[in-house]
Amino acid sequence: MTTPAAAGAPGAPAPPRSRKSVTGTRRTVAALFLLPALVLLGALVVYPIGYSVVRSFYDQSGDGFAGVDNYKSLFTDDGIRTALKNNVIWVVFAPTVATALGLIFAVLTERVRWGTAFKLVVFMPMAISMLAAGIIFRLVYDQDPDKGVANAVWVGVHDTFAESSAFPKAHPGRDSPLRPEGGGFVTETPVRVGVPVSLPLVGVAPDQMPGDAQKAVKARPAQGEITGTAWQDFTRGKGVGTLGAPDPSELGYAGMRIEAVKDGEVVASTKASDDGTFTLPGKADGAQLRLPASNFKEAYNGLDWLGPSLVTPAIIGSYIWMWAGFAMVLIAAGLAGIPRELLEAARVDGANEWQVFRRVTVPLLAPVLAVVAVTLMINVLKVFDLVFIIAPGSSQDDANVLALELYRKGFSEDQPGIASAIAVFLLLLVIPVMWFNVRRLRREVRR
Amino acid sequence: MTASTGTTGTTGTTETTGSAGAKGSGKRLEWIMEKLNGGLVRAFLIVVGLFWLVPTVGLLISSLRSPEDMSASGWWKVFSEPSQLTFDSYRTLLENGDITSSLVNTVLITVPATVLVVVIGALAGYAFAWMEFPGRDWWFLGVVGLLVVPVQVALIPIAELFGKIGLFGNILGVILFHVGFGLPFAVFLLRNFFAEIPRELLEAARLDGAGELRLFARVVMPLGGPAIASLGIFQFLWVWNDMLVALVFTNADSQPITVALQTQVRQFGNNIDVLAPGAFISMVIPLAVFFAFQRQFVSGVMAGAVK
Repeated sequence: MTTPAAAGAPGAPAPPRSRKSVTGTRRTVAALFLLPALVLLGALVVYPIGYSVVRSFYDQSGDGFAGVDNYKSLFTDDGIRTALKNNVIWVVFAPTVATALGLIFAVLTERVRWGTAFKLVVFMPMAISMLAAGIIFRLVYDQDPDKGVANAVWVGVHDTFAESSAFPKAHPGRDSPLRPEGGGFVTETPVRVGVPVSLPLVGVAPDQMPGDAQKAVKARPAQGEITGTAWQDFTRGKGVGTLGAPDPSELGYAGMRIEAVKDGEVVASTKASDDGTFTLPGKADGAQLRLPASNFKEAYNGLDWLGPSLVTPAIIGSYIWMWAGFAMVLIAAGLAGIPRELLEAARVDGANEWQVFRRVTVPLLAPVLAVVAVTLMINVLKVFDLVFIIAPGSSQDDANVLALELYRKGFSEDQPGIASAIAVFLLLLVIPVMWFNVRRLRREVRR
Repeated sequence: MTASTGTTGTTGTTETTGSAGAKGSGKRLEWIMEKLNGGLVRAFLIVVGLFWLVPTVGLLISSLRSPEDMSASGWWKVFSEPSQLTFDSYRTLLENGDITSSLVNTVLITVPATVLVVVIGALAGYAFAWMEFPGRDWWFLGVVGLLVVPVQVALIPIAELFGKIGLFGNILGVILFHVGFGLPFAVFLLRNFFAEIPRELLEAARLDGAGELRLFARVVMPLGGPAIASLGIFQFLWVWNDMLVALVFTNADSQPITVALQTQVRQFGNNIDVLAPGAFISMVIPLAVFFAFQRQFVSGVMAGAVK
């Protein structure tokens, strides 16, 4: 298989032979057979091309000649520039990633017995509409980790690896030795070796306390070290418990991070143990103790997938979900056409699997890979539905692409001149491929 | 491409097996590596497969939960509370006149657009393959050149044209547009297929006294079955799944399901009970077609790669 297009013609290329009419057709009959197709193509495809080219040189109302003004705005209009930039990102990343994944899947599925089932699963999104895929991914990318599966997984992974000792709502209580600073809290006075430090806070709901927190214990003075306790200085019930000292019912801030700061520099740091006690080396003598802001961050809520900065990569992700199967199927067909003896010969010569893949398989597949990538590039230029559906109103400007901008300019902003210029620009981008198709077919046709 | 890659590929395995002293353990190592690789490959493919399945499963389950449950928790909660599953959203949706009439519109657009493309494309494909007229191959190449023209190019001109002749907002206009943009591929695919029909078959039919039209209907079309099936399925899915063309050329009365749902996306979040079942209903027919005609679909996609 050289190209997918050629694969569409059934069987192997037949030997050259005459395809002269067997009926000695009169020209009028031929014309009748061709007429419906040519009329429709002329009216619906060829005429619009000409019209768009002409229209792109006229102003928005269509009355005055505008020269290249509409084309100038391709590079000056903010919306179009964002769209151009995003289209470049799309054209660079979407086809390459989809093709690479398709190649990997095609090669790996050959090694498992259920390869066909896998291919079916990956290929299936090709059959559904981009609208449906868009709705599917709006759900996937939902910001709320309790609704969007992407953030549910992401937050799960994040919380597994990140420190889980957060005390989001903790703050100093009455008569506290702590004052707020930069989102965290710092002791008013410097600490001294041998004098146990109290770091009482309030405000952490009982069910939010770390699971391993134990009864807070008053720290013992120690030689040459600074000791202290960080704990929840609150006992349920008005006036119950001692302010500023651990009571039996109070829990230690297990895992609370504590830094000793001298002149704005951190000289030592530690974490409170399960009962809230901590120890710092003697060099922290005279420093102020700080509970840095990281202790008090709100619970991690995941990524803003559809926010301005991630929306384009997120939509490209959904595109790859749809089209990697296409790449995989075409590449698998190409793979089936590679003579097995070549791969075996390489293995016999001592090449490992990676070398066989890199030195034999990929070079032999290069023509197929090129066709897949080029096809996807053309396809990506026209991407509209996914962006239109997935990008929420607030970040649609950031996710803009040319096809979407054309639609907006042409149908909601009433600027058909600029929209026509975008259309002509898109057409110019696909002309090399058009030329390539025609040239390749000219050889086939003339046999 | 091949010369500069020496550094990455050469790992230990080949050398271990090559060194004469440790041949036995080398073989065992290779065997272990192979098993391990096999396991890794399988694990990787399973993870990827899940990656591909989960979004669709999420939509399906979301469509089967009440809006209250959806706003309270993620769809995966049904695995611990299967009792949440309900067809209520589907029931409400199918009582919604806008949605059902848009489903009817989708069928009214898709079926004619598919049949017309096949018939008109086959007529032209046959003419290009087996009739003689001046400039035949040039005309054909011209049609092939149109394969990659983006539909976007035609939106504004055709919108103005349809506006003038009263086809704007009319189902017929959408059908015509889809036929126009389906034809290059149809002609390309069918002409190539018909050209492979053995000459003797056509001549035999001709000797039996068949005219051009009869030859086309009785010999060429039946023989073209596989290509026509591929083309039909491909075009059917393309039109069924289209949103952009319908968005431009239809109005509230003639809009297909994709456009009807699209208007709902603006308020995404509080209408998931319409969007999720709606999207799933719109997917059912394409998925059924896909599973029933996988082979034809694949060959259609492969042939249509240039589109």
